[in-house]
Amino acid sequence: MLSRIAESLFWIGRYVERADDTARILDVHIQLLSEDPWAEEDLACRSLLTIMDRPVPADGTLITREYLLETLAHERQNPSSIAGSLIAARENARRAREIVSTELWECLNTTRNGVVGLIRQARPHDYFSWVRERSAIVAGIQESGTSRDETWLFMILGRSIERADMTARLITSQAQLGAAGPGWTTLLRSCGAYEAFLRTYRGVATDERAAVFLLMDRLFPRSIVHALTRAEECLRALEPHEDRYGVADDARRELGLARVGLEYAAHEEILHELPAAMDQVQRACSAASDAIRRKYFPSGATTEWVGEAL
Amino acid sequence: MAELFEGYRRAAAWDEMFDAAVKPRRTNGPVHRTLSALSAGEVQSRADALARSYLAQGVTFDFAGEERPFPLDVVPRVIDAVEWQTLEAGVSQRVHALEAFLADVYGQQQVVRDGVVPLTLIQSCSEFHREAFGVEPANGVRAHVSGIDLIRDEQGDFRVLEDNVRIPSGVSYVISNRRAMAQTFPELFSTMRIHPVDDYPRRLLQALSAAAPTGAAAEPTVVVLTPGVYNSAYYEHSLLARLMGVELVEGSDLFVASGRVWMRTTEGRRRVDVIYRRVDDEFLDPVHFRAESVLGVPGLLNVARQGNVTIANGVGNGVADDKLVYTYVPDLIRYYLAEEPVLKNVDTWRLQEPEALEEVLDRLDELVVKPVDGSGGKGLVVGPAASRQELGVLRSKLLADPRGWIAQPVVQLSTAPTFVDGKFQPRHIDLRPFAVNDGEKVWVLPGGLTRVALPEGQLVVNSSQGGGSKDTWVLGAGRSGLSRRRPAGSGGPAPAARTAVPIDTNPHDLLNADHSMHQQQQQQQQEGAACVSAARRAAAGGGVDA
Repeated sequence: MLSRIAESLFWIGRYVERADDTARILDVHIQLLSEDPWAEEDLACRSLLTIMDRPVPADGTLITREYLLETLAHERQNPSSIAGSLIAARENARRAREIVSTELWECLNTTRNGVVGLIRQARPHDYFSWVRERSAIVAGIQESGTSRDETWLFMILGRSIERADMTARLITSQAQLGAAGPGWTTLLRSCGAYEAFLRTYRGVATDERAAVFLLMDRLFPRSIVHALTRAEECLRALEPHEDRYGVADDARRELGLARVGLEYAAHEEILHELPAAMDQVQRACSAASDAIRRKYFPSGATTEWVGEAL
Repeated sequence: MAELFEGYRRAAAWDEMFDAAVKPRRTNGPVHRTLSALSAGEVQSRADALARSYLAQGVTFDFAGEERPFPLDVVPRVIDAVEWQTLEAGVSQRVHALEAFLADVYGQQQVVRDGVVPLTLIQSCSEFHREAFGVEPANGVRAHVSGIDLIRDEQGDFRVLEDNVRIPSGVSYVISNRRAMAQTFPELFSTMRIHPVDDYPRRLLQALSAAAPTGAAAEPTVVVLTPGVYNSAYYEHSLLARLMGVELVEGSDLFVASGRVWMRTTEGRRRVDVIYRRVDDEFLDPVHFRAESVLGVPGLLNVARQGNVTIANGVGNGVADDKLVYTYVPDLIRYYLAEEPVLKNVDTWRLQEPEALEEVLDRLDELVVKPVDGSGGKGLVVGPAASRQELGVLRSKLLADPRGWIAQPVVQLSTAPTFVDGKFQPRHIDLRPFAVNDGEKVWVLPGGLTRVALPEGQLVVNSSQGGGSKDTWVLGAGRSGLSRRRPAGSGGPAPAARTAVPIDTNPHDLLNADHSMHQQQQQQQQEGAACVSAARRAAAGGGVDA
């Protein structure tokens, strides 16, 4: 497969997942800000913007929900807002149009048309539901209409890395806001994990168990450990050859170390140091993403064409 | 926009929102202000949002083959903290008395020997089951869940209309109502301190686990037993099972072997310790009750009698919510608890007493007459609304079976503004608080189910008779009453100024954003717009090398 195509597939996976997860994160926070009379809007918005790697306006200006929505949900130029990443996903699909199935292409294209259309005016909760539904449709089409070859592996690799990264950011937002945050139960709900969690622990829900569930449950697909495992599986399938010892693949090593750090950690320790631990996960995802690019998507030397030289 | 409340006519009844001068009561201030600020169209759109939310959740009932959302009114019913304390105490007191009565009736029957209630009363009760003798609940609880129906009379006093200690239903509406209202009226939730209701499933599970037979595991296996998907309360059964994280079983999923109850699972049989059953006594065990029942589990009652499984609520509880026994409950409270009843009954004539029967027959057209074992408004006759013919039929029924009926004066249930036909109109409401007994404490869910009779002037509030519901808000006593998020003194710790981990993007996307216009123009100039796909490929290729 062409590196360029593979790269686009990888990013389709990441962008769609990013839109999905950002919608989930925003949904809980916006709901909380509208419901809680004692919420400190400015503080909560600043914290969230920082976590999502956005510049925070210099102190003095109050940051409101509307600003948060504009920046993280509706901005079209930045591929890490919801609208931006859905548009970017479609652009990537366009570059890999001959590999991406028509069904998937049309779905991404329709989604992109929706983003710039009426849905902008919908109430936040409705907008987020719509985004989640579109992502679910993409996932469904990928699941049922993609051969389990490299096409599949690169898309799922991207999705899994993004999911680990975003779940880590979601957890950081709760860990940093503490008592002023949405609470672990709400977080679980936002991941669609609440009922799975209740069934697992038979209704005996504590904050600690909820955090551990999102961090390291082996069976729930949105937990960090599960997402990292999935990403590692994809990498192993892309390069099945293994030496007698060690891991030659940098990306696999990064992800594996992050996973092991969570899987084998003592619960109390990791819960005590949540923001730092989540930071590590995010850095590992970023490093793995870089390593994947170096290994699988090398781009030729940059050639600058200068008009006059012609 | 206040015209939505314009022409709001207070009837003779007590109104929940307005006082006698049609001024909003203090507790209702914020709700009244918020709703007054909305136009009819806005209220309608919120009402539609509520209905949509119910359709999506599947909280519907079948109407002529069509799924209709269960009507949830946009105007919440507000109960202030002080009033709620009284209700809570009254409900809890009643549950304690009924528990004591049940234990006594299926035990030594001291209450009969002491002459508080006549033996014939108990023996003539159709819900008094000999089969329940010898079933000793492990922690002494028989009414794990009770629903005490309350109404507010013309003077504004709450009175008990009936007790439900068999299978009180409706709590799922309390939970779903709250969820839908929180999404629809976030601004009200942010200004008022409303007690949350989402604790119910946890409390219920805790009470059920506490009732597990001795010898059960530390985390006993609790199941919810449903008659199946065709039951009208199936939504509630599945919701409770889901929120408690336990198995929802049908009769055929369970079987009895070697003195225990088991469920069939993919991993073989698994022992069941507590069955929260939503199947009536009569259908629970074909060995003891109706032999043709396929909803129950053969032999279940024997296992319960051996103390190897707990059935919740207990078998035979119906004797305590018989409507004739109801008339004795104030006496039972004095007898068992040595306390005065906190909540009064509605005055009731016992038709077995000849002079009472005579008086009732005389005044049949001004009284409400109810069968003692009916629920859901079944068989109830409202005198003033009945035709001569109906009253004639009723008269002969009463004469034939005075034990089977009670009579009460027509109480004007309190009214509350309800959104009907594009404006707010008074409609009669009642209240069913739910109490959960874990053997140590009777916990009352703050609020409960407020049912609304939607037809004008209708006094029977029941979902099977064209009823809707309202979300019921119990206000917190003070800020501390709702400190679920903000502990005192934590003004929100300033988040440590961490440097965030950057979010990666595909470098080509950033390049494209800058250059795409330029590139496209270039492509068009070079090749023309004729071959779009070739141009696209070329453009993409250019992107990589740029």
